[in-house]
Amino acid sequence: MTAFQIILMGFLIICAVSVSFSKNLLNAILIYMSFSLVMSMLWICLESPDLAITEAAVGAGITSVLFFVTLKKIRAIEASEPEAKGESREEKNE
Amino acid sequence: MSKKRPASEYQKTFAFRFFRWLSGEKDPYIGEMEMHPQEEYQPDREAALRHEREHDAIMDKVYDTEHNRSLHLFHRLYQATSILFCLFLIALLLVTISYLPATGTVNRPVNNEVAKRYIEKGLEETGAVNIVAGMILDYRAFDTLGESHVLFVATITVLILLRLNKTQKDEAEISDRRFEPKNDAILQLVATFLVPVIIIFGIYIILNGHLGPGGGFSGGAVIGAGLVLYLNAFGFKKTERFFTEKTYKWVCFFSLSFYCLAKSYSFYTGANQLHSVIPKGTPGAILSSGLILPLNIAVGLVVACTIYAFYAMFRKGGF
Repeated sequence: MTAFQIILMGFLIICAVSVSFSKNLLNAILIYMSFSLVMSMLWICLESPDLAITEAAVGAGITSVLFFVTLKKIRAIEASEPEAKGESREEKNE
Repeated sequence: MSKKRPASEYQKTFAFRFFRWLSGEKDPYIGEMEMHPQEEYQPDREAALRHEREHDAIMDKVYDTEHNRSLHLFHRLYQATSILFCLFLIALLLVTISYLPATGTVNRPVNNEVAKRYIEKGLEETGAVNIVAGMILDYRAFDTLGESHVLFVATITVLILLRLNKTQKDEAEISDRRFEPKNDAILQLVATFLVPVIIIFGIYIILNGHLGPGGGFSGGAVIGAGLVLYLNAFGFKKTERFFTEKTYKWVCFFSLSFYCLAKSYSFYTGANQLHSVIPKGTPGAILSSGLILPLNIAVGLVVACTIYAFYAMFRKGGF
């Protein structure tokens, strides 16, 4: 295990803990998205690139978009601005 | 030439009733079953308040531990018992684990001949360079078939839960138009360049599933993400030109039934020791490894459509 992987795993733990302590729902989704991205990097380190692709597309992409839509439908985040930014940003990552 | 029957006679036949049911012209429940429209819910303030007061009074009485000696004792006993129970459960599980074979011994269930055979004969038997693809779409294709059906059933469930009737649909569309960003110049420019790249990358992942990392599921998810980005940038008007509920229905139907038929064929030939006519091809070529490539395409189509359908239904309850 290299130092890089240890840093990534530390980041993973920080993300996982801070999701549950985040009061703002939008922030929670963004942190969750970064959790998935770090996880996909870790999959590449563990030599399974197919899982990395799936994790990046499903975990970081689709799931968070569905979360955004749901939050907007239940009016948990303000109407259009944060949502539009969030969506375009994470689609680029993927 | 068959004889032309009068309409009244035709309407008595089973075929007439079957096709009427199929096209949805007549709901078999209407007229046959007793149905009441649901009454609108009327909140009763008075009863709710009374109920709340009673609830509070009961709670005060039940949890009045300071004045009730036996209740106090019971609470202490409850806590002690729960801790004891947890410790007992932990001990039980640890004892069970101690009976499992130790790491690295020969008798472990991991060290069976199946994994060895997959690695040694996988290339020869399935023709796929990517052993994982050979495993999930050839040796264990039955599992993957189930997974595709789970996806399909999940979409159907979402459709049932989120489906709206005609007037609600119009309302949803209006509210969707009001809140969604439309004609966002930056988003549209980025999407113009990114969407083709994302979709081509997804197609590449699907078609190369038997040669390198990837496969139907991951490629389909990437294509679905590209479609969602396109939908966000350009709106439902543009996507409805090529993707409607009908498209979804037929693509899923053909993919899943193709998967079923193809796999039934190979199960049949395999179980009866028959020679399969599907050529394996040279390992490493794009057209190789028998059924894996078409099966990857089928799975990819189902996954891409499912992801797009999920998003569309979350947005406005329909396509």
